[in-house]
Amino acid sequence: MKYKSVFDIIGPVMIGPSSSHTAGAARIGRVARDLFGRKPSYAHISFYGSFAKTYRGHGTDVAIVGGILDFDTFDTRIVDALSLAKEQNIEIKMTEEDAVTDHPNTARIVLGDENGKIELVGISIGGGKIEITELNGFDLQLSGEHPALLIVHNDRYGAIAGVANVLAKHQINIGHMRVSRKEKGQEALMIIEVDQNVDPVLVEEIEALPIVQQVVKINE
Amino acid sequence: MFRNVAELVELAEAKNCKISDIMIEQEMEITGRTRDEIVSQMDRNLKVMEEAVERGITQDVKSHSGLTGGDAILLQNYMKSGKSLSGEFMMDAVSKAIATNEVNAAMGTICATPTAGSAGVVPGVLFALREKLNPSREQMIAFLFASGAFGFVVANNASISGAAGGCQAEVGSATGMAAAAVVELAGGTPSQSAEAMAIALKNMLGLVCDPVAGLVEVPCVKRNAMGASNAIVAADMALAGIKSKIPCDEVIDAMYKIGQTMPTALKETAQGGLAATPTGRELEAKIFGIALNKK
Repeated sequence: MKYKSVFDIIGPVMIGPSSSHTAGAARIGRVARDLFGRKPSYAHISFYGSFAKTYRGHGTDVAIVGGILDFDTFDTRIVDALSLAKEQNIEIKMTEEDAVTDHPNTARIVLGDENGKIELVGISIGGGKIEITELNGFDLQLSGEHPALLIVHNDRYGAIAGVANVLAKHQINIGHMRVSRKEKGQEALMIIEVDQNVDPVLVEEIEALPIVQQVVKINE
Repeated sequence: MFRNVAELVELAEAKNCKISDIMIEQEMEITGRTRDEIVSQMDRNLKVMEEAVERGITQDVKSHSGLTGGDAILLQNYMKSGKSLSGEFMMDAVSKAIATNEVNAAMGTICATPTAGSAGVVPGVLFALREKLNPSREQMIAFLFASGAFGFVVANNASISGAAGGCQAEVGSATGMAAAAVVELAGGTPSQSAEAMAIALKNMLGLVCDPVAGLVEVPCVKRNAMGASNAIVAADMALAGIKSKIPCDEVIDAMYKIGQTMPTALKETAQGGLAATPTGRELEAKIFGIALNKK
């Protein structure tokens, strides 16, 4: 079941004109901002499919930049997001791509500054609901509706057990979990959607595990 | 947890309660939130809808492109003149549906039901019913849960995205949702709600998503008007005892399959249908020409 809540249907409250192309785009932008964890100095956005064909008319451009500025779907500042980004010295580049993607409403976002960058692919599946399908080259599925932990680790035995032990100690229930890797024995990614917000102490404990390289917490 | 309309109706009949009650119970179960929290959130959404309708029928709302705005007021004035052929109630619903979508097109604040492009149908019908049946606030909130229950089934078994399934998935779904909820508010049974949904959605099958210039304006705003009127007629048919020969779940499935086989040009890409007409293209060039000059 992709849609779990009645408020996926009667909702979200949002700035028009399109739930998939405006609200969904804002949510994809905001997840990118969450993942990056700070204000980026540049944002490179690629639009595919219906997004590429109609992004100006739907306000997808202002919405996704609004999300990158950490605005929610109903934040009226979305309308002025492009000029607000300029004021904050964020360089915005948008590209319309011809490539055919699995989903018609797909966007790729690269956020970065002098200290690093992230790259993610998000799809807007209808009614404002989104999924994050790719992060830094890893395939993943993230609804954006629950708090989630993204854990970059070495692809070795004991990684899952180590992380699960920390979660159990803090009485955090795992709602959904996936692991993926680029190649056997190389960098791997663990995606854990949880039911409640996680304490920063827990994130530190997971980060302290020798097998773990990086932990990102999103969607609080 | 209900997965289709048949299960939804069965649950409501077995518990001898309303569709809206089943939706609230399921929401409590899935989210672990209390009934009060869930009902208050829906009350806030109702308030957003109310404000959008009010703004659309009283203020001069114009979209940035200038393609839409002001029609809700025209209809309200016409309705008050007493000359309307389809009747005051119908005109009220249609004008309030248009009001919501005009506000949406102007980048105003709305509540998606189930999407922004189809956000006019459910509140349009509901706020016209408020004048006609004088429901309590609780009943109005229940109306939204009932329509949400049917939308939930469509979203999970078919689609509510114009890019994935065409306008039938957006305004079509909204129309079915509203029809089913009207039946409940008017005192019909859960199975009559399902019949109303089936009848309404059947009349929306095949509807393509062909927005001029890719804007959620032409023909979206007027399609919400038609959706609202279709919902009321379908509800009346079901309340009269008419049944859909094709069961509701099969209609939803048909909608999904039609959406899958619909060409991409007719699924929110602004490449076919009305968007590709000479006038559609002319408007597109004009709107983006102006926008480009501004940049």
